[in-house]
Amino acid sequence: MWYYVKTLEYPVNLKCKDLNMAKYLITQYGGPDGELGAALRYLDQRFTMPTGKAKGLLTDIGTEEMAHVEMIATMVYQLMENATIEELKKAGLAGHYADHRKAIFYTDATGNPWTATYIQAKGDVIADLHEDLAAEQKARATYENLIHLTDEPQIKEILKFLREREVVHYQRFGECLEHVQDVMCIKK
Amino acid sequence: MNIIMNTRKLNMRGEKMHAKDALESIRIYQFCAIELNLYLDNFPDDKNARDDYNKVSCTLTNLIHEYEKNYGPLTNFGSAHVENPRAWVEQPWPWENC
Repeated sequence: MWYYVKTLEYPVNLKCKDLNMAKYLITQYGGPDGELGAALRYLDQRFTMPTGKAKGLLTDIGTEEMAHVEMIATMVYQLMENATIEELKKAGLAGHYADHRKAIFYTDATGNPWTATYIQAKGDVIADLHEDLAAEQKARATYENLIHLTDEPQIKEILKFLREREVVHYQRFGECLEHVQDVMCIKK
Repeated sequence: MNIIMNTRKLNMRGEKMHAKDALESIRIYQFCAIELNLYLDNFPDDKNARDDYNKVSCTLTNLIHEYEKNYGPLTNFGSAHVENPRAWVEQPWPWENC
């Protein structure tokens, strides 16, 4: 069971119209290292975690990732909100308009739709946690790429918050891996 | 009740600003709670973190209660402190620029 909370985890109030950034940012919504994949990966893997701590951590990080999905969608929505068709065409978003008008959709920066092949659940806690650690680093790197692509301080600030969250999640997954390995050693 | 009436009497701009500030405090405490929750998943016996989590969670509950009394529910499915179905659908949604 989940409850919705009617506020963002971190405020997003972008008044600027920046279609190029909207186009790049969408990859953190539905791209290979994006937030949707992260949320679905952790909320899926948690079922076969061997300890209560690991189940708890994947549930809670997976839930926080859903809040990040909403933040990215909000950024893209606000950056595109007041765009004219001419502006969308100029930014290379005519294809997006044809399929989705101004709706937000799960794609990467070049329009490829999200696919479950971005994620894995191996049923092996060591393999799964290593995937999770890698996922956090890939998301962290993507946020850095996005930060390089904009000069807008407001956009940078939000991306820096999200980047920091990936670092914290990486830390927590690392601690979880150690804990699981300790438990496995004791069992032997 | 008086507090609610007085808040309602404020002009749109005044009310919006007040709601925005209240929401900002909630967001700050909510973030502390998330951060402590994740840490405590791995170290559930850490005394300092548990004390902080209790304090943060208590303040957060009070802030949310106060906000919901004045402006409407923040959560769905019967989990708000004060239910108000009309405010739930009429208060702006988080992605709407204000």
